[in-house]
Amino acid sequence: MDNIANRQAIPKKRNQTGFIRFIIKHKFYHLLVLPGVIYFLLFHYVPIYGVIIAFKDYNGFGGIQGIWNSPWVGFQNFSNFFNSTYFWRLLSNTFIISFYQLVFGFPAPIILALLLNEIRNNRFKRIVQTITYMPHFLSWVVIAGLMTLLLSNEGVVNHLLSYFNVDRIDFLASTTYFRSILVGSSIWQSIGWGTILYLAAIVNVPQDLYEAATMEGATRWQKAIHITLPSISFVITILFILQMGKIIDQNFEQILNLYNPAVYEVADVFDTFVYRRGIVQGDFAYSAAVGLFKSVVSFILVILANKAVKKMGQEGIW
Amino acid sequence: MYFRATKGEKVFDVFNTLFMLLISASMLYPILFVVSHSLMTDTERALHPFTIIPTELNFSGYEFILAKGSLLLSSFQITFFRLSVGTLLSLIVECMFAYAISKRVYPLAVPLTMMIAFTMWFQGGLIPSFLVMKSLGFLDSIWVFVIPKLMNVWYILLLRNFFAQIPAEIEESAKIDGSNEMGILWRIILPLSTPVLATIALFHVVYHWNEWFMGIIYISDQTLQPAMVILRQILSQANAANMYAEDMGGSFVPPTSMIQMATIVVVSFPIIAAYPFFQKYFTKGLMVGAVKG
Repeated sequence: MDNIANRQAIPKKRNQTGFIRFIIKHKFYHLLVLPGVIYFLLFHYVPIYGVIIAFKDYNGFGGIQGIWNSPWVGFQNFSNFFNSTYFWRLLSNTFIISFYQLVFGFPAPIILALLLNEIRNNRFKRIVQTITYMPHFLSWVVIAGLMTLLLSNEGVVNHLLSYFNVDRIDFLASTTYFRSILVGSSIWQSIGWGTILYLAAIVNVPQDLYEAATMEGATRWQKAIHITLPSISFVITILFILQMGKIIDQNFEQILNLYNPAVYEVADVFDTFVYRRGIVQGDFAYSAAVGLFKSVVSFILVILANKAVKKMGQEGIW
Repeated sequence: MYFRATKGEKVFDVFNTLFMLLISASMLYPILFVVSHSLMTDTERALHPFTIIPTELNFSGYEFILAKGSLLLSSFQITFFRLSVGTLLSLIVECMFAYAISKRVYPLAVPLTMMIAFTMWFQGGLIPSFLVMKSLGFLDSIWVFVIPKLMNVWYILLLRNFFAQIPAEIEESAKIDGSNEMGILWRIILPLSTPVLATIALFHVVYHWNEWFMGIIYISDQTLQPAMVILRQILSQANAANMYAEDMGGSFVPPTSMIQMATIVVVSFPIIAAYPFFQKYFTKGLMVGAVKG
């Protein structure tokens, strides 16, 4: 990479001495970036190169070099996947869970931020903020443990239900409730932390706007809807696009810790499937093809989100 | 700011306050529940299934999981290793890289920025990464916790932006006083950047504390697993004491639920206890990063 970049940086006609002079002139900076260049090549660009495994018949031997030597099979791995029963299951699960996440998870911190903004007692407001940030610092391993305590057969919720003579429900093994549990727990984890940027944007809204509106006799509800919300819409759009890029990935750790074979039907997504099929079962080429398909879908989603946002008259991220 | 609250607004205030109390309670309840029930035996728990105030203080779960030489204790050594070595190494290489690409005079600054930014949008994915790690000999190596996630693009860009807005005059005057480039970076730039360095260090610390996936895919040697992975295994065991069994022959074994809950508390307590004190830094880091967008 260093080499290629160098060639671009200096005019082609320069001879060897020009190149050496270039190296020497900036040797301090070259030394500073060297570990980083090696790191990004080795841990980010070599895996990107390794994506070609998806188009090969790779037997799992010889590590990354073995990829080079194995025969090309074109789109064989992809067509195997598209024709398998898993394709529609993974695609619909991924999209349904991401959709729920977007519809319920994305607005949640915006609403909480607007409501927090209406709290006049600053001390109370700060305490609520600190408490709601807390789950952000818990790993999904811990949250899954807490969820089990609350929702399993012997859990708190079932104890509560038994007082109302409702039969025990094994929520975490129920295809009816599992997705709601996913979305609910992810809102629980991220709602407080998600308010930080919105609250920061709200603080920057010019105060005279509110004063003018108060003079005109606007109610607090009107001020929140007609002043605060439009003033933070740029933060909302940027976070929305960034969210779209991650939306397909973001439930992976959560699902991997919460799901079980009883709910694969509604909970298995691309990433969890790649993990089981690729890492656990060692079917590398096939699962790499599934992974690549997912990356492409996620990339398209970002582009679409950016387009949609621009159509609505907002500034996109590029 | 506001003169008279209408009746509707007063009602709203009451409900809003109630809502905030409710949401705070929903955050605190599971934590308090697990803390109190980790101190109660199964019979006590059955009598008080919802309580968040322990009806007895039975520490046998904690004594068991923190017994000398226990699996959990030794796994904390791995956690502390990756946390200290990983955070320090990450900070060093991220600062070096960010400082170089913050310099306009460095011709590679823009190409290198693009090179790292590209990896935010496109990655090889799990399987190719796994094969690379395997080829590089990271399987069952403790360095898999440190090296493969050494540098974070977001933090590098955050640092670059911070370095770039330090006035050039400061560096120039130091140069006139005879400092060399390394001296400027070490004695002038980095001390000026302590708030942002602290923020990024904290992000790395939280990452290392909570991360468990690397251990699951790359490590099969039980003695190299960090505490979070051990917790994950304990939670999935029907008989959690088995995890600790080896040298426990004959001694008292607490019930599984007690072991599991005590482990949850021990593994998550440090971060829960610490984050309110560092909250300022976390939020600041998030903000600086977001301004860039």
